Amino acid sequence: MTVLSEATTTVWTAVCAYTDLLPERGACALVGRHQIALFRTFDGELFAIGNQDPFSGAQVLSRGIVGTRAGEPSVASPMHKEVFSLVTGVCLDDPAVAVPIYPIRVADGTVEVGVR
Amino acid sequence: MKLVVVGHGPTSSRLVEALVAKGFGGRITVLGEEPRAAYDRVALTSYLTGRSAEDLTYPVPEGVVLRLASRVTGIDRDGRTVTTADGHVEPYDVLVLATGSSPFVPPVPGRELEGCFVYRTIDDLDAIREAAAGAGSGVVIGGGLLGLEAADALRGLGLSTHVVEMGGWLMPRQVDEGGGAVLRGHVEALGLTVHTEAGAREIVAGPDGRVAGLVKPDGETIAAQVVVFSAGVRPRDELARQAGLEVGDRGGIAVDDGMRTSDPAIYAVGECALHDGMVYGLVGPCFTMAEVAADRILGGQAAFARADLSTKLKLLGVEVAQFGAMDGALDVTFMDPVGGIYQKLFVSDDARTLLGGICVGDATPYNTLKPFVGRDLPGAPSELLFTGGPASMDLPDDAQVCSCNNVTKGQVCAAVADHGLTDVAGIKGCTRAGTTCGSCLPMLKQILIKSGVEVSKALCEHFAHSRAELFDIVRVRGITTFSQLIDEHGTGRGCDVCKPVVASILASLGNGHILDGEQAALQDTNDHFLANIQRNGTYSVVPRIPGGEITPDKLIVIGEVARDFGLYTKITGGQRIDLFGARVEQLPLIWKRLVDAGFESGHAYGKALRTVKSCVGSTWCRYGVQDAVGLAISLELRYRGLRSPHKLKSAVSGCARECAEARGKDFGVIATEQGWNLYVGGNGGFTPRHADLFASDLSTEELIRTIDRFLMFYVRTADRLQRTSAWLESQGLEYVRQVVLEDSLGICADLDAQMDRHVASYADEWRTAIEDPGKLRRFVSFVNAPATPDPSIAFTAERDQIKPVLLPLEVVRS
Ligand code: SRM
Ligand SMILES: Cc1cc2nc3c(=O)[nH]c(=O)nc-3n(C[C@H](O)[C@H](O)[C@H](O)COP(=O)(O)OP(=O)(O)OC[C@H]3O[C@@H](n4cnc5c(N)ncnc54)[C@H](O)[C@@H]3O)c2cc1C
Ligand code: SF4
Ligand code: FES
Repeated sequence: MTVLSEATTTVWTAVCAYTDLLPERGACALVGRHQIALFRTFDGELFAIGNQDPFSGAQVLSRGIVGTRAGEPSVASPMHKEVFSLVTGVCLDDPAVAVPIYPIRVADGTVEVGVR
Repeated sequence: MKLVVVGHGPTSSRLVEALVAKGFGGRITVLGEEPRAAYDRVALTSYLTGRSAEDLTYPVPEGVVLRLASRVTGIDRDGRTVTTADGHVEPYDVLVLATGSSPFVPPVPGRELEGCFVYRTIDDLDAIREAAAGAGSGVVIGGGLLGLEAADALRGLGLSTHVVEMGGWLMPRQVDEGGGAVLRGHVEALGLTVHTEAGAREIVAGPDGRVAGLVKPDGETIAAQVVVFSAGVRPRDELARQAGLEVGDRGGIAVDDGMRTSDPAIYAVGECALHDGMVYGLVGPCFTMAEVAADRILGGQAAFARADLSTKLKLLGVEVAQFGAMDGALDVTFMDPVGGIYQKLFVSDDARTLLGGICVGDATPYNTLKPFVGRDLPGAPSELLFTGGPASMDLPDDAQVCSCNNVTKGQVCAAVADHGLTDVAGIKGCTRAGTTCGSCLPMLKQILIKSGVEVSKALCEHFAHSRAELFDIVRVRGITTFSQLIDEHGTGRGCDVCKPVVASILASLGNGHILDGEQAALQDTNDHFLANIQRNGTYSVVPRIPGGEITPDKLIVIGEVARDFGLYTKITGGQRIDLFGARVEQLPLIWKRLVDAGFESGHAYGKALRTVKSCVGSTWCRYGVQDAVGLAISLELRYRGLRSPHKLKSAVSGCARECAEARGKDFGVIATEQGWNLYVGGNGGFTPRHADLFASDLSTEELIRTIDRFLMFYVRTADRLQRTSAWLESQGLEYVRQVVLEDSLGICADLDAQMDRHVASYADEWRTAIEDPGKLRRFVSFVNAPATPDPSIAFTAERDQIKPVLLPLEVVRS
């Protein structure tokens, strides 16, 4: 038996079919008590970040407009329009603030997100 | 060299900055009486409307010693020292007096009472604000520029405000009697009470010993708990007098062209200085004095010459301007009593040379014609007034464009060329033009445009085009997707600025349902869920209630839906009913019930037509002259769903009593005996604006065609998120009239056709959405648990309805 330290174990959870995600639009998955915002960009890449907007507290980032800022894939909070990097979770308008990012992959046409 | 400056106001600050910038090698000590460093006094009033003292404060260059709260009480010219009230002695080699001026308080009995103020410093404003908090009304003594500014401030603090002016009209130094009358109309329309040919005989106290009112010379008492003196300013020359320097008969420290006083070791600059018989109360000449003195101290030969006293200001939302002389051999006046506009030009006897001008209500001539003072006019005076200036005006290079900072057109052009500037911000940075009162900004923009520079109108980093240009590209090329547009005309993949703009353009041009195909991904969350997002992530539902008319049966359905879904219910300011607190997965269920009962989307979420408010009109009201409700309903049904650069609001009133507040709307209609008057460009919101009368006594048919064209022209040419009010101001009312009423661009047939297509293709967005399973699939909180409601959403109760519980913030600091 191998004991994995809890902090480093990534548990993958299947959340939806790849085709359930629309290009350039987010969706939200509920994994345990985590709300995870999933995004599929125009080139087919997937990203996962926390769904809670750190400025308003509301669970809404998955409903923001997806785009790019200086080439970096990003989403704008639908509440007050702060922009977050989909790659790093850092708020590009206020780099002192960031949202969590989660690993995401496709296995057999199914989207899976990793939660530690 | 030891340089000491007395006073730290705008002039002192500019002097020190200029000295440091020019490499002054000595030691600079500034002694200022106020408890804070110099701040932008011109913008003082903005302190009451939200700007902080720090915001207004000028930066102090490195190395300068600044002693605050240090009033200088004496100068020892022989020993070359100054002494402050707290006993500090500062030696100098060169002394500069920049002591400014102080408000003149006439010797009225009662002027020392608590509740009497002047309007000069941040401390004054703090005191006024505190006193206003417990007061109901205020009075300002003095109806000049500063007096009206102070009155506006009192009004902003919630006081019912009076202005008493000794002269026969307001702002007698800037405008003549005719202008004063028009100005008075504006000022009174804002709710201020004006008393001309009136002063203060006495200020009386109440039982608490504080100010209770002002007694006018005619014996009438104006009740007021706050009195502000604004009866002019006096140069602060007391130090100079004491030290035996030469001062003017009516005050002011006498200086030569190099700003030197009668003692060669002492200079005086700013509002305290008297040059060639003149004391200047405007910051522009004061700054020039500072520059001249700095140059002289460094050994230069700069000289101060009589300065321009032109002023332009926006007071209480009214533009007032005066430039050049206030009389001349001939004058030409343009007056529009309805619009509250008064413009007058003074010209030489051959009507060729411009001598000066006065503007009230619209200062366009100031912007365009001021640089021509003393020169040949670029056209016939009357024509210039009627058209707001010739289309292409070539200013001479030495014409001053920024009087605050004494910058000429030539200097602006040189900066634009040398530094490759493309925007006004760049000009401000390089030349200082436009950084003080801001009244020259339109002129700077003009120069920039004329200099052939491509002025940046880029929507965002993805498109170098303005919204109007993108509209034309999409329309002319027949583009139907965002991908095609950004591939061919943009870079990157868009953002929250350009995507909704393009979505709106595609919708205005009739590209089907806003959630069809790729369009869905462009929409802001409100349009995406066809509802308005609220602070806790829930949405609100606003069914359309055209004209505010609703049957009891429909009211009952709304009540039942609200009750069954537990929604917070409120009557809106737009004669509709808003249901709050719906989760995304509830929206289709709610709308199914509403659509079945005959309701449709109210587009409260869209940049589109909101409501056409109505008053009850001639059907019921004993004063009504036309059927306001009937017209409002037909307008609302005609323009519902029309996507536009910003939201559109309308109203119809059945008579001139105007119960529907039509003049606060983008397009408002007021019934007349003969038909309808159409008003356009009204706005509530951040910057309220009364609508302008566009056309009178129209038949219903004419009215609708005119609105069709007005709206479509706006949809085509406005900027992103520009309401009709700002758009109309940027285009000019006259121009829009020509396009819409006279078809000066020959596009009316096209605009009509576009509107006809809109009307014919309208379909209720919610009905289409609930009938389409593909669209409905998006209305879930969780893609992996469609039936699960968002557990983070919770409510408590207040006044028998729900109220959101807000989530605690978990901010991650990276
Ligand atoms: C519900 C309502 C307040 C109410 O409880 O009465 C309301 C609510 C909102 N208003 Fe408003 N406004 C409402 C009447 C008004 C009015 C009064 C009127 O229309 O007669 C005004 C001033 C008139 C005007 O627009 O000229 C008004 C001026 C604004 C503005 C400022 C617009 C401006 O030009 O400065 C905004 C902000 C914006 O649009 O950018 C705004 C924005 C908003 C938003 C959409 C803010 C937001 O983005 O969340 C609010 C959410 C609406 C919702 O349903 O969740 N609301 N808002 C009113 C809905 C009327 C309706 O039936 O459709
Ligand atoms: C509300 C308001 C609005 C205005 N709007 C405009 C406008 O739109 N356009 C425009 O051109 N002008 C405007 N002005 C006028 C403009 O503010 C003045 O022209 C400008 O402030 C003059 O600058 P100054 O440094 O010469 O004098 P001040 O600003 O008066 O500064 C002098 C400083 O010296 C200090 N001082 C005086 N005596 C002593 C002493 N013995 N020891 C130490 N310190 C001393 C004073 O306390 C003061 O801080 C406005 C003024 C006000 C009050
Ligand atoms: S006034 Fe402000 S808070 Fe009130 S509804 Fe309008 S936008 Fe919301
Ligand atoms: S004229 Fe005042 S800033 Fe230019």
